[in-house]
Amino acid sequence: MDMNEIKEIFFQECEEQLAELESGLLKLNDGDRDPETVNAVFRAVHSIKGGAGAFGLDDLVSFAHVFETTLDCVRSNRLDPGPEVLKVMLKSADVLADLTNAARDGGSVDGARSRQLIKELEALANGEVPPASAAPVEPVVKPVAAAAPPPVNDEGFQPVAFSFDDFDAPEEPPLMEMPVYDIVFKPKSDLYAKGNEATLLLRDLSRLGEMSIHCDMGALPTLDRLSPESAYFFWKISLATDKGEDAIRTVFEFAEWDCDLEISLVSDETAPSGEELPMQPVPFDLSILDDEPAVSVGVVEEEEQLAAQQRDIRNAAVSAAGTASNVLQMAQSATRAPTEKPAPAAASAAAQSAAAQQAAASAGTPTIRVDLDRVDRLINLVGELVINQAMLSQSVVENDTNGTSSINMGLEELQQLTREIQDSVMAIRAQPVKPVFQRMSRIVREIADMTGKSVRLITEGENTEVDKTVIDKLAEPLTHMIRNAVDHGLETPEKRLAAGKSAEGTVRLTAKHRSGRIVIELADDGAGINREKVRQKAIDNDLIAADANLSDEEIDNLIFHAGFSTADKISDISGRGVGMDVVKRSIQALGGRINISSKPGHGSVFIMSLPLTLAVLDGMVVTVANQTLVVPLTAIVETLQPEASAIHSFGSNQRLISIRNSFCPLVDVGRILNFRGTQANPVEGVALLVESEGGGQRALMVDAIQGQRQVVIKSLEANYTHVPGIAAATILGDGRVALILDVDAIVAASRGQSLKPEMSLAAVG
Amino acid sequence: MKKRVLTVDDSRTIRNMLLVTLNNAGFETIQAEDGVEGLEVLEEANPDVIVTDINMPRLDGFGFIEGVRKNDRYRAIPILVLTTESDAEKKNRARQAGATGWIVKPFDPTKLIDAIERVTA
Repeated sequence: MDMNEIKEIFFQECEEQLAELESGLLKLNDGDRDPETVNAVFRAVHSIKGGAGAFGLDDLVSFAHVFETTLDCVRSNRLDPGPEVLKVMLKSADVLADLTNAARDGGSVDGARSRQLIKELEALANGEVPPASAAPVEPVVKPVAAAAPPPVNDEGFQPVAFSFDDFDAPEEPPLMEMPVYDIVFKPKSDLYAKGNEATLLLRDLSRLGEMSIHCDMGALPTLDRLSPESAYFFWKISLATDKGEDAIRTVFEFAEWDCDLEISLVSDETAPSGEELPMQPVPFDLSILDDEPAVSVGVVEEEEQLAAQQRDIRNAAVSAAGTASNVLQMAQSATRAPTEKPAPAAASAAAQSAAAQQAAASAGTPTIRVDLDRVDRLINLVGELVINQAMLSQSVVENDTNGTSSINMGLEELQQLTREIQDSVMAIRAQPVKPVFQRMSRIVREIADMTGKSVRLITEGENTEVDKTVIDKLAEPLTHMIRNAVDHGLETPEKRLAAGKSAEGTVRLTAKHRSGRIVIELADDGAGINREKVRQKAIDNDLIAADANLSDEEIDNLIFHAGFSTADKISDISGRGVGMDVVKRSIQALGGRINISSKPGHGSVFIMSLPLTLAVLDGMVVTVANQTLVVPLTAIVETLQPEASAIHSFGSNQRLISIRNSFCPLVDVGRILNFRGTQANPVEGVALLVESEGGGQRALMVDAIQGQRQVVIKSLEANYTHVPGIAAATILGDGRVALILDVDAIVAASRGQSLKPEMSLAAVG
Repeated sequence: MKKRVLTVDDSRTIRNMLLVTLNNAGFETIQAEDGVEGLEVLEEANPDVIVTDINMPRLDGFGFIEGVRKNDRYRAIPILVLTTESDAEKKNRARQAGATGWIVKPFDPTKLIDAIERVTA
């Protein structure tokens, strides 16, 4: 793994953190005051900041830092997250997302916006109440800590400034005679309790220059009074170094508070140490430490060696106690304190390591990350398995004359297992719609801001799962619909109040599973569709005749026609060149359907029904000119057997079929695909009534229906080349390839054909 | 034998950076995602030194350090704390909880390894 991969991970993580941040803020917005929610929000920003720092993303770091500071005020109850505060925070979350995206994709961000928010955040952190837009705001800042700049030191410790820069301090030019420092180092028991080690400190110290060291064991009590975890030794060190006193202090940086440390500069190198000390200083032999082989027991061994050395040399001093070695051993254990590490045997250590890694990988993490490619490969293979199993079943059925039941039973079980495997594999690709839904709340906020409307977005069922591809492709149409709902659907606060509604409009986004599909509903409590306006517009645009008799539902569905916009003027928000027709087309491209139902004065509901996966498809298997084709079931409205009386000729070679007193163009699939040159006799075949793009219905003529089946979709583009009128291919149980019909393309092609007869009619007329 | 480092951090980014840095420096690295997991894997991981973050879900760094210090076998193990800025207050709290030393994020590999070597043999 290199830094680029880690950076990639960082951005993935940012996305998760941003989602976490947003959902946390929204929870707070709903009045949730759980400290864990606040913590999670804080952590999200903190984590982004930490990672961004590692990659030198300065813009991101500085914004996250300000944001974090303000959140810290909320966390420590110095700032109440009221609605006005959260408004700023939600906007800040949006900017943070923008900055993250800019850092990843190299785009630019709205610098003015982020600077403005930095100001607002800082104002919040400094205890300034944001201007309330409406009603008076409750006191937002608790008076106690108003304008308290850095976090209060609740431990009562004196803050100490530390700097790692000391490490990098330029070396002073070497002097002829190095200054000598006398250092007295008296560890307290806490030093050992916190995992610091006198030995290691002395080792580091020795690296600074020439050092002589003396251990004072005078404080060592008699054995019966000795507490094994107390510190009794202290050291007097004489160090000749040109690194300066700061370097010495840096060595003791971690230990500073748990020891008494005196450092004094001795001008003359030869002066002090030995004379004043009760014993001669011992040159400190570094090699003992540096040649350390076994690491796990290293601390202990070093200690013993050091102690042994000291013991040998200073035997006399301790011999008075009579129990020198015992005491020393006790003292050693005091020094090494609780580092009592049993050195495990190599084998068990290896086993432990494997187990530990396993534990580390599995503990507490119910998820793993897998490349999408791998999952897709698996899905593909399972698709092959399903096909293979179907082929096997079929050939057994064909060859099995006397019904060997054991084979049949085995096959049935196999079939069930394959189906289960298929479902489970599909479930791997399934993801909750949550990320898409979460993105919508930002869009609602932005449009509410732009239109001056007050909007509340309620999401339900965001854990409903659907194939990742569906989720990815859902964002765009959903964004557009949300924009529409706020911009066109909801009224201005004044109008709402006048209509007896609350000033705040509600947009409700729900997802749920319904009979093997996912149903997404987008409801607003706005004015509903203005049918008169829609109708007039449709007449103006020549979509319908001026005297056309349309049901309410039909009028509502007119908004899905290309280039249709009910807004009086095209606004900046919805009028981005995409209409509801594009929304409908993208939903259909996913094998879905979209409908609208609207109640004047009460709002509109858009209902989308989408397949859970794009890898398999429920299709109707049909025969056309001896070819087997699959028609996606979602496109089919109904099937019927035409009677001769219902077929009417129209123009030179066009035919219509009358269904319940309305006429519907008959499309001969075999001719359009060039399977045959002559027209099929409709009475001998079956008509599939399909709904195509634009809402029109067509009757597709096929020769016969073989059945309904779930088929595994195989891309034709990937394996062959694009064929007009064909969406994809699949492999059927008998091993033959069947083409999956692209209903919209077939219908479009039939329209292209129908132009000619009309023109010839016009010429005749 | 390689030195074993247990890292405890909820950020996948930081975990990966720690992993790469420590592995490159010849350490054996065991990773946990928060304080609770850190305490769970402690025995099996049997580390020589611990590097932990402060802000984590479930159990934060302070709680984790206290937990380690209560464990008879590991109560004197060196623990380094990752802090985002050289915030004296955080260091104080970490020390109170029993941290051995600290590393300021964003860390560079040298800083990290240097700090680990300062507290291990």
